[in-house]
Amino acid sequence: MRYGETGINLEVDLTVGNIERVETDPEVTRLHLGGNGAAASLIWDRVSPETDAFSPDNLLIFSAGLLDGTPIPAANRTMVNTISPQTNMFSNSIFGGYFGPELKHAGYDKIVLRGKAEDLVYLWIHNDKVELRDASHLKGMGAQETAHAIKDELNDRDVQVAAIGLAGENRLFMASIEHYNASAARGVGVVMGDKRLKAIAVRGTKDFQVASPETLFKLCLQHYQDIHESPFNGDLMAIEWNDAWHHNNFAWGNSRTRRKDFWHQEQEDRWKEYTLKIRDRLQGCYNCPKNCHLVVKPPGRQRYMLKCFGKGTWHMAAFEELPFTFDIMALSQEYGVDSYSAPQTIAFAIELYEAGILNDTDMPDFPEKSADRFYYLLEKLVRREDIGDVLANGVYRAARQIGNGAEAYDHNTIKKFEQIPLKLGKVNYPYYLMYCTSDKMAINQTEGSYPQDPIKELPERQGFVDEWMSAPERFKKFFMEWEPRTHPSFEAAINICDWNETMHYVDDALGLCAFCSSFRGQFGGGSAYNIYNIPTFIKLATGIDMDSDDVWQVARRNRNLVRAINMSRGLTRADEKPPADHWAKREPENEQKLLSEYYKFKGWTDQGVPTKLTLDKLGLDYVADELIKRGILKGDEDICYKDQSCYSEGRPKDAEVSFRKAENFTLTEYNIKNK
Amino acid sequence: MSKPATKIIKEIKVDLSKCNGCRACEKACAAFHAIPRYSNFNPARSRIKVVIDERNDQWVPVRAGGYTQAECNGRNHYVIDGKEYSECALCPASCPSRDWFKEPDSGLPLKCDMCLDVPPLEEPMCVQMCGRDCLTYSEREVVVAEEETPEAENQIELKTAYECLVKKHGQKKVVDTFSRLSKR
Repeated sequence: MRYGETGINLEVDLTVGNIERVETDPEVTRLHLGGNGAAASLIWDRVSPETDAFSPDNLLIFSAGLLDGTPIPAANRTMVNTISPQTNMFSNSIFGGYFGPELKHAGYDKIVLRGKAEDLVYLWIHNDKVELRDASHLKGMGAQETAHAIKDELNDRDVQVAAIGLAGENRLFMASIEHYNASAARGVGVVMGDKRLKAIAVRGTKDFQVASPETLFKLCLQHYQDIHESPFNGDLMAIEWNDAWHHNNFAWGNSRTRRKDFWHQEQEDRWKEYTLKIRDRLQGCYNCPKNCHLVVKPPGRQRYMLKCFGKGTWHMAAFEELPFTFDIMALSQEYGVDSYSAPQTIAFAIELYEAGILNDTDMPDFPEKSADRFYYLLEKLVRREDIGDVLANGVYRAARQIGNGAEAYDHNTIKKFEQIPLKLGKVNYPYYLMYCTSDKMAINQTEGSYPQDPIKELPERQGFVDEWMSAPERFKKFFMEWEPRTHPSFEAAINICDWNETMHYVDDALGLCAFCSSFRGQFGGGSAYNIYNIPTFIKLATGIDMDSDDVWQVARRNRNLVRAINMSRGLTRADEKPPADHWAKREPENEQKLLSEYYKFKGWTDQGVPTKLTLDKLGLDYVADELIKRGILKGDEDICYKDQSCYSEGRPKDAEVSFRKAENFTLTEYNIKNK
Repeated sequence: MSKPATKIIKEIKVDLSKCNGCRACEKACAAFHAIPRYSNFNPARSRIKVVIDERNDQWVPVRAGGYTQAECNGRNHYVIDGKEYSECALCPASCPSRDWFKEPDSGLPLKCDMCLDVPPLEEPMCVQMCGRDCLTYSEREVVVAEEETPEAENQIELKTAYECLVKKHGQKKVVDTFSRLSKR
């Protein structure tokens, strides 16, 4: 036990049923802070690059963030990390709800799972009592259904459950892990299913301590109120009726069609009326005042909670309307499929059918209507029936398995992973770098601190910059210099990509929600957490004395460790590209120059491998040695990361944690003004 | 005629439609009642609990009431605005059928005391934390019978204490001690 965390990991070997409580080294916390950082370090140490994702030696790690369960509002994330069978790389997944805090009160920071159970089991953690239980009676059950069945059999409504549905059981690559109002996507549900682990149920009633409880509590009492009132935190998609932005600008179908004039008032009113009819309330996660989840009960379906851009992905992939999404998600969340990858995979199959590459032999009795086709394919998919067995391997693999020209329809994946459907005009430098280099495989897990567009009116932009306390000074300069519709400089683009992803790495170590931190800064510049106030929270909770530069350095260390894992598993520069048609107008020469510059800035070789100098300086010399041994690095590369202090250009250090305030802010208005 | 005697009744109103299930009230309660104060934030120590049944759209903050020795038969179901609530979801008892409202180390029952403190808090800590107006605090003045005024209650307490002392030490010794002490 130490301040802020329990100091204990739960190690579970599913093959032999061995369960151990393992004390962790405080030095790991100092180096990685926790969450996905400490998980990356476990995976580096224990999962060799030769280990297949489906090997029993692959680890599946559930980590409570370092700050989870403390009084710090919106610190509630659970990170799930493993090697993904889809990408063969480090899988970076995060979910909210109550799980992480409950795990810490049960006395554990992490659950580290290895091996494979013979048949379906679930893990039951009740403080010191931990057992593997038979789950054969839960086979085929929906994810939420499973949670409630477990609560019933344990006779305790306060148990927190993370479970897979049919999709995970059948090892769909797009299977999610579902918990309460949240889901973990991107390659983790499939591994949980492969390990034959149906669910983890946790109930914790133990204490853990923080370093400065009274100061922290009083600070958080105020911070909670500030977050509650802030329009710069939380998910605006959950509360704004106008979503012209996604619907007019994102691509519909198999990431194919942009419908620039889709949104109109009559349709908005209709959707609003329907939503209000089936919506019971808005709802949030542990210790967070924001309302990011819709509690809905569509006709004929069970009540469930819906979040984030899942509210758009299904009907946009199907060219349907919002009620379709509400209805199909009642199914898809029980089956436990990711609402980004799954609708895209289905839309891809429909295109193949229309192109004659798939036919009625592959899809007997394939319906006429788009919505019906989605239900049809979803059922096939989650059961791995007929064509579903191929589609379950994700678009990239399915395209190659189907052949006969299907490869051309796989136009929206990077590193074998489905991307958010967006097809735009001219290449955007910072986004180019984020798409290419992010090892999180999803743009929404990478972007977020720096605004997507300049504010058009200069005086207004100056006003924004003057109160932009979350931004290191250089970004204020970049922002003021940014002419609408022009590229930022290489230097700006590189720094923007670096800052954006750094904040995600900070959040994913600490367990802070991106909607109050790394993701939300781009819309209004007033996220509750930023590089300058986070050290105060870390200090009060854990007693670890860090400043902003130290926190940045931990993020850099974690980032490079993930990079090293992926490089050792075969990632190359050639893989680092956006989907070929993501932008209509490209600048191949500039893009390659920019990518090289970015690698240099990060302290990576021209092939994107962290150099020995970089790794040594981050205290990861053992990683460098291994990369050299494997011939991935020479070791004599004279390149080191560029370090720019958060306190440069006269930025003072202070413990002030408040953030930008405003009465109103809507995405709609902001986009109309500045897009 | 003199003004009738009154006392202040403290109340917390719970608007079920406004709860988003964040459970910050639980943390605030645990923190306020920790010794030393704020040294703990474990919801298991809280005297308020958000009872959750998401399938039925229920997020119900319940404050700990009295201790009860036996569990009830729990056969009442309340239908409010078309939604069915179990008796348990609305019941404040620290009872043997569930592990709520019990100090986790000792198992002793916990009870909401409206954050009694000197000087008094403006509002109980759960209400201060909530900020969503799901929990709101109010005070109500009620007229009380004469024997219930603070003065009358003081008199009764003094009388009881005096009788205890007399019983233990005898009347003479008590009177002697009082007169000796009051001369100082």
